[in-house]
Amino acid sequence: MSLDIAPPPDRIGVVEPPTRGPLARRPAWLSQHIGTAAIGAVAGYALGHYLGNTIASGYVHVQTAAENDLAVVLGLALGVVGWLLGIGVFNYPIAKMFGRKPAEVPEAANWTRYVRMSLDHKTVGLQYLIAVFTFLFTGGLLAMAIRTELLSPTSHIYGPGTYISIVGEHGTIMMMMASSLVVGPLGNWLVPLMIGSRRMAFPRIEAASFWIFSSGYFVILTALPLGGFPTGWTGYAPLQTQADVGMDAYLVGFFVIGTGMILAGFNLLVTVIHYRAPGLTWGRVPVFVWSIIATSALLALATPTLAVACYFGILDRTATTQLYVNIHGGNSYLWEDLFWFFGHPEVYIMALPGFGIVAEILPVFTRKPLFGYRVATAGMIGVALLSFFVWQHHLFQSGIDPAMRPLFMLTTELISIPTGFIYLVGMGTLWKAKIRFEVPMLFALALYFNFLLGGVSGVFLSDVPVNVTVHGGFFVLSHFHYTIMGGLVFGFFAGVYYWTPKLTGKMLNKKLGKLHFWAMFIFFNLTFFPMFLIGLFDQPRRVFEYANRLQTLNDFASVCAFLLGASFLIFVVNFVWSVFINPVATAPANPWGSKGLEWQTPTPVPPYNFERIPVVLSDPYTYGEVGAPPVADLTGAAFATVGAPPRPVDGGSGAHTYPPAGGPGQDQ
Amino acid sequence: MSQVVGGDGAVGSVPVDEQGGRRPNHVWRIVGIWVVLSVVGDLVFWFVAGPHVPPGTMTTTASGAQFDFNVLFVVALPVILGVWTYLVYAIVMWRASRWVGEGDPVRGPTARSNLKVQVAWIVTTTITVLAMFVFGTVELIVPAGAGGAEGPNPVWTPASKSILPIQVIAQQWQFTYRYPTFGGMETNNLIVPNDTTIAFHVTSLDVIHSFWAYQLGVKADANPSVDDVAYTKTRQTGTVTIRCSELCGIWHGAMFDYGKVVSKAEFMKWGIATEKALAANTKNLPPFAWTYVPDANGASGVYADTSGQAPYSKTQKYGATKAAQKIVKSPTTVTTTATATSSTATATSATTSTATSAIRKLTRQASGTTL
Ligand code: HEM
Ligand SMILES: [Cu+2]
Ligand SMILES: [Cu+2]
Repeated sequence: MSLDIAPPPDRIGVVEPPTRGPLARRPAWLSQHIGTAAIGAVAGYALGHYLGNTIASGYVHVQTAAENDLAVVLGLALGVVGWLLGIGVFNYPIAKMFGRKPAEVPEAANWTRYVRMSLDHKTVGLQYLIAVFTFLFTGGLLAMAIRTELLSPTSHIYGPGTYISIVGEHGTIMMMMASSLVVGPLGNWLVPLMIGSRRMAFPRIEAASFWIFSSGYFVILTALPLGGFPTGWTGYAPLQTQADVGMDAYLVGFFVIGTGMILAGFNLLVTVIHYRAPGLTWGRVPVFVWSIIATSALLALATPTLAVACYFGILDRTATTQLYVNIHGGNSYLWEDLFWFFGHPEVYIMALPGFGIVAEILPVFTRKPLFGYRVATAGMIGVALLSFFVWQHHLFQSGIDPAMRPLFMLTTELISIPTGFIYLVGMGTLWKAKIRFEVPMLFALALYFNFLLGGVSGVFLSDVPVNVTVHGGFFVLSHFHYTIMGGLVFGFFAGVYYWTPKLTGKMLNKKLGKLHFWAMFIFFNLTFFPMFLIGLFDQPRRVFEYANRLQTLNDFASVCAFLLGASFLIFVVNFVWSVFINPVATAPANPWGSKGLEWQTPTPVPPYNFERIPVVLSDPYTYGEVGAPPVADLTGAAFATVGAPPRPVDGGSGAHTYPPAGGPGQDQ
Repeated sequence: MSQVVGGDGAVGSVPVDEQGGRRPNHVWRIVGIWVVLSVVGDLVFWFVAGPHVPPGTMTTTASGAQFDFNVLFVVALPVILGVWTYLVYAIVMWRASRWVGEGDPVRGPTARSNLKVQVAWIVTTTITVLAMFVFGTVELIVPAGAGGAEGPNPVWTPASKSILPIQVIAQQWQFTYRYPTFGGMETNNLIVPNDTTIAFHVTSLDVIHSFWAYQLGVKADANPSVDDVAYTKTRQTGTVTIRCSELCGIWHGAMFDYGKVVSKAEFMKWGIATEKALAANTKNLPPFAWTYVPDANGASGVYADTSGQAPYSKTQKYGATKAAQKIVKSPTTVTTTATATSSTATATSATTSTATSAIRKLTRQASGTTL
């Protein structure tokens, strides 16, 4: 078990006092923050654009079409590099490279730490939270724009090019957001606390993943001033190949976001494997952490395919490699396969964390142990594994080898078995429970309600004969909004209401929370349920014109969508009021009476989370169990009772292998 | 339902202790409600909504899709209702206020697992899923691909000896239809005979489109240089809505037209008359082929804007005719007529290797100039 070499438990996360190196001693106005990052980004873009123009100026295509993909690609890529340089992501590796002792810049004490590169996972988590909300609200505004256009079947607000760009931009921003929606803020913030660690495995990589993620937002937004892109979020070639320069922003943007996703997934995975507190055996790891494990594995393993696909696309557009163009030995199916080979695991990247959150929350508000802990983890891992074997269900009508279709029908339908486990766990936990309808619980229950429709409609889609009618139409659209929005976004809000007291030290207002919930729940369903029908009645996706007979349904969906959009404002008001304005909203350390390890810390959580590395005694689901031990011993005294040495010797016994498993709280 | 509400009080008075004493039989109540709802729901759906479920019954594949949808629905509805019944029952019956008010329950059910329930659940879902799979596969194979795309080499083909082939050529942003059995004539509207097995050969001249003949229950992607086949058999006459269902650029939303299923006699009359009327046009078209490779200027002049350059002069050699030259001069015209656009497309006789390699060479040269 050489992998188990870990720092002594009581030294984990202890950072040596900052060295006063040359970097640390710089005057304040020279310090690095989001402003210097912006300057770096602009300078990088200018440099890249200049280089691109210099390199490609002789080409006929560039001259006649008055667009230069190379300039745009290099501009955006160097812009991202400039952004990262400006914020200081490369300071450490560069210093190391030149053999200097890298300076430790201490964490700023005030709010400015949120606009600087931070190595504290809690700061990064909140940075992520701000970022995903920015993505979410930008994408939401674009959704409102879509629904406005669809108010009328024939009279138009935007030109068709603008409309299709809005749809693509909405989809891409939302997908980028959704793949980090939970893993970014809650994953980074909570996982170390839940596993009893003082830090993430790679704090610098964690910070880098955030700053890469945030740069992706600007990259994908530049698509709009660059003229938009006509392909939607799926970017099919050869439409991709013939599109204008806005397409470059899509390709670079997804490449960049993908890089951040790989890093974030890798980091979380290593953290959970190596930084669990003593006593936190695999049978005690909270299910939320299990969902993050499964998700991180998908992030780390599936996303490289996306990066490659985007890279090929960029090559096609700049170096005319023609990898996606049939007549030159390329193939338009290549993009479809690469994209969906990533794309389907991606949809579980966007589902599993939601499952994890609700499974974590249900025991707290039912005051019962989680039912079927093993079933839950098996379900998540099963889903994650199977998700690599289903991607061609997106290509049923594309002319793939016809004999492949039954196979992919089978794998797709099989995935509903482990997904069903999640329902078994939820329903078993609710059995004879003592349910408390706090706001997080409402959102958690809503996930079960919504995702059911999303999942069942997925079985319809996986049935090839039915797929003939529903593929490429609003039925699909409704299906994936039910899973992503009805599942992940509802789960995310459950998590936000649940953990905000720990994250910010403030309670969110319960009345406003309930109002937000009911508005969002009702209007979500009223918006998207009619879209199943719209799809069955033959409206394809991504169209600006539709049949007159479908206007009533579309108008109804649009009006409900506006109200759905408005429901988010209730949340914003609630959040701003409770966290920043209301003086009496201060949260107790453990307002829900949760047994989760993260709730056993004081609020605000101290910089290194735990004074002493806790010794985990049980899983956090011992509600109502008589004589169950506390979830963990925070004083470290349990080391003595367990009789194990306080530090592993030569990697012999890993930090997580004692005390021996089998406490009373075990699910065995 | 009133049964449940009536039962409320009784449950409320049940003591906290779950281990002993009276226990309302939740299982049977939930199952009872569920069975009633499911049976009613399924019957109503099957008999009231079922016959109207899209895409209707105009063809064998449309009725097949309708039948499959209905079967899936009849299975899915009880699943949905089961979970919903359970959720609602739990929410109504097992609220915290019913037990011990605000404090933590002292004792209560703490089961962490239940082997029987878990096994039953897994077995049931697995059987359901496998049954769905078998059903779906049979329904896919027996009707020869169920109207879906079978690619260039269909493995499941209709038994019928007389299959009418119709080629669907997609391009930004319209469909044209070629009838190889009518001299390779090309029309803007899809006309098909009733009571006939039809093989749609779908291909594209530029980007990926998808040919969706809604009432026919047919959908097949149009990929450049791929001959994507889908079968159906017509059973009723009427109008057909055809939409492109794969995003193909800015005018994707406007890429639709209407076709007709007419009686066999009418179809023959129309076919023969149209073949004659279009004979002059047909002569200008590239010879009929299963796929077409766009010439240097791109099928609709969008791969590369070559205005200002000498028009690519060697088109003659690989089949395009004068019409092609004409369109080269105005490559930005979006809605080119069927005749003109297909003329720019060059027929590949994919089987004659000499022709193909010649085209490769030419197009490569061409792309060199447009880099
Ligand atoms: C306020 C809530 C939302 C509304 C009203 C909404 C509405 C829409 C509509 C009307 C379309 C499609 C238009 C078309 O295909 O013609 C669309 C597309 C899409 N939406 Fe949403 N949406 C919402 C939230 C979300 C969320 C939360 C996500 C994902 C996390 C999401 C992901 C997508 C994606 C991926 C597409 C496909 C874009 C494409 O076709 O390329 N949406 N949305
Ligand atoms: Cu998929
Ligand atoms: Cu199209």
